[in-house]
Amino acid sequence: MRLRLLPQNTSINFFGKSRYAIWLSILAVLISFVFYLINGLNYGIDFRGGTMLMIKTSNSSSVSEIRKSLNNLELGDTVVTKISDPSDTLIGNPKQMFLIKIEQQEGNAEVQNNMIIDVKKTLSNNLNEVSFLQTESVGSKISGELVQKAILAVCLAVFAVLFYIWIRFEWQFSLGAVIALVHDVLITIGIFSIIGLEFNLSIIAALLTIVGYSLNDTVIVFDRIRENLKKYQSVELLEVLNKSINETLSRTIITSLTTLLALLALFIFGGEVIRGFTFAMIWGVLIGTYSSIFIASSILLKLGVKRDWSNKNSGNPGTNFDE
Amino acid sequence: MLKFPLWKILLIVVPCLWGIYSFSPHFFYSQVEKYNDLNKSGLVKTQKPLLEPQLWYDWAPSDLVNLGLDLRGGAHVLVEVNLEDVYSERIQNFWPEIRKNLRTIRNEVGSFSQEDSALNDSLIITIGKKEGIEKAISFLNKELSSKNNILEILRFEDNKIKVSFDEQEKRKIDNQTMDQSLEIIRRRVDEAGTREPTIQKQGSRRILIQVPGLGSAEELLQLIGKTAKLTFHPVIKNSVSCEKKPTITTIIVENFDDINNCLELEKKFVVSGSQLTNAQPSFDQNNRPAVSFQFNPVGGRKFGEYTKNNIGNPFAIVLDKQVISAPIIQSYIPGGAGIITGNFSVDESNRLAILLRAGALPAAIQVLEQRTVGPELGADSIKSGKIAAIIAGILVLLFMIASYGLFGLFANVGLIVNIALIFSIMAYFAATLTLPGIAGIVLTIGMAVDANVLIFERIKEEIKTNKSLYRAIELGYEKALTSIIDANVTTFIAAVILFSLGSGPIKGFSVTLGIGIMTSVFTAVYLTRLLISIYFGFKKPKILNL
Repeated sequence: MRLRLLPQNTSINFFGKSRYAIWLSILAVLISFVFYLINGLNYGIDFRGGTMLMIKTSNSSSVSEIRKSLNNLELGDTVVTKISDPSDTLIGNPKQMFLIKIEQQEGNAEVQNNMIIDVKKTLSNNLNEVSFLQTESVGSKISGELVQKAILAVCLAVFAVLFYIWIRFEWQFSLGAVIALVHDVLITIGIFSIIGLEFNLSIIAALLTIVGYSLNDTVIVFDRIRENLKKYQSVELLEVLNKSINETLSRTIITSLTTLLALLALFIFGGEVIRGFTFAMIWGVLIGTYSSIFIASSILLKLGVKRDWSNKNSGNPGTNFDE
Repeated sequence: MLKFPLWKILLIVVPCLWGIYSFSPHFFYSQVEKYNDLNKSGLVKTQKPLLEPQLWYDWAPSDLVNLGLDLRGGAHVLVEVNLEDVYSERIQNFWPEIRKNLRTIRNEVGSFSQEDSALNDSLIITIGKKEGIEKAISFLNKELSSKNNILEILRFEDNKIKVSFDEQEKRKIDNQTMDQSLEIIRRRVDEAGTREPTIQKQGSRRILIQVPGLGSAEELLQLIGKTAKLTFHPVIKNSVSCEKKPTITTIIVENFDDINNCLELEKKFVVSGSQLTNAQPSFDQNNRPAVSFQFNPVGGRKFGEYTKNNIGNPFAIVLDKQVISAPIIQSYIPGGAGIITGNFSVDESNRLAILLRAGALPAAIQVLEQRTVGPELGADSIKSGKIAAIIAGILVLLFMIASYGLFGLFANVGLIVNIALIFSIMAYFAATLTLPGIAGIVLTIGMAVDANVLIFERIKEEIKTNKSLYRAIELGYEKALTSIIDANVTTFIAAVILFSLGSGPIKGFSVTLGIGIMTSVFTAVYLTRLLISIYFGFKKPKILNL
């Protein structure tokens, strides 16, 4: 008895519908872009500067109560939100947790520090059984740097990958993979803009992992395409691509599933701190799998590839670095 | 065929056994941690008979991964040192000499004076006769630079001379300032008695302070955020408006208890905190918290002489540009011991004593980032991370057995060894495990089986083309290898970029992801292959149910 997710030999025509897939992706990227322009991103304090407190209280407190008690301190722009934890609801022991975000205070470090001390004092006086789970405060100087570094990291990762695939395959592959990557990253940023989830440093880490994961998928399909291009030299490119995707389909699905299983466990049980991160990852695995099948290969089909691989690479497939 | 030579078997088995062996202490984390702490403090040997029950065994491995602040709870502060503060202070020391030299050529330069300027890293001197400026510069260059080759004397605007340190000297001063700041912050944090704080230089002008355990970044900052420059000044006027302009020889300083009320003091101080040898929290005669202090002989003599000559006059104790108190000198104070009273709480007097003992920071610091994780959240995060990892592990293990049967089991052995290896390697390099790091491990659990999936799927395909079973397995491993390597190298590139550019959560994640990629290729490709070859050696199956 074996778990079979797919029939033994699939021969789905992925490119019959590839036109729709491409249009769908273009639409999704456009929607992401529009939402980004309208909504912007809900930047965390890592990128915006300011102070964030995560507190836990007894059951009686509410958002308005917290807001009211902070009003007298004149903190400027202050946002209070309630956090719900799915794992707690599963266990049946819901906690009352709140997130308080306060804008950067004018003045030197001491002002900022005294503000935090005041806020903590006020909350302890006004609320029942409050405990401070986490306090973070980031100055505008460092937040600007973090933004720069984050953008640099994503760009560098994309370029490094572009280069690696270029030396391992051909430029068409490299372009296909990178367009698929950029597609994944843009749509992930879009979904954060649409649902207004906080965008912080760990989301950048998630984006880069998505880059790695999506690429992982793409490279494995590409590897098979290269191998089949050598094997079936007279077969049309479209058919070779279709065959390669079908052959690797079972692997693609099993790996995506195991990764999703792990991520789902992390999403439900991993706690509040990394929930945004795991959400981005789950989304990224789904979109990465989709893009390596539909986007990367479609671009390869549009660009066309060299068909004669025999003279140089007659030995082991893919071990030649000079290709 | 599938046979392995002995040396290859050893090369595979030995690291795996090492991984499992070194992973074992992590099952008893808190016990082993306590044991290591005792060991470090050298108490194990002497107190051994008293230790009941025994915490851990001397012969057993005891390296543990460090838990990051987000898991243990604690405070994290990143500060930047205002290095330029020190230039302005040091460059001022050259003024008397410059003045003396310029006086000797007064006929050519006319009247001259030092100008207050926004460029606080240099001396700006305005010259009366601007025709003489070239002469003045060359003269100063000759007189000063022959002695110490560290100044840059330039013409600045029409009738001004700018004197500043050259770049090389600035770098030298920077290094001294950083070393001194690090040392003083370390002393202050250590004196507060916290457990293994991390105090590191970051880049050229930043310092990262991490203190695990209880406490908050706010408290930490109250301790390290103060420059703690202590000086004793004669008082000119006890109560003046804070708007009042100081004269050349005086300064206007606000009162610690009432910041709207200022005092006019003589600029030149009698003694400073750098001449203190000790400071202790204590109580004054009215039983209010105070700080008692002791000067070194030089400071003590100056202090004694001054008190002898100024009985009945007020005397201001200034800390970080605030007058802490301004008592009237009641009598001659010999021996250089004294007491600072003020409106302190016990906590404040404690803190002040620590600050005075540790000494003043050479330059002001600016806080870039402060983070606190409460111990409750840390414990919660460990708990949820553990649960998530265990559930993820079980799901993946079951899924692999359901999909590939016996071979799935082999892959699972590889997966478990892989996790043990990640922990052991991290413990060996004393790396720190953070919550994003746990996420990295969970992700590795999901992705590590990928290599095995690739291989097993490939074997299936090879069996379909009617190859012999052995040949199919061999080809499966061989052909899948290029895909595995390509796929993992690309993810590894992402991990390396994360590591080198990332900070905080990103770094912790990239460490486990990077190590996980390497170990997973090792276990998925080599260990499972060895297991399969052993299985085939015993069973010699004719068909394979994949």
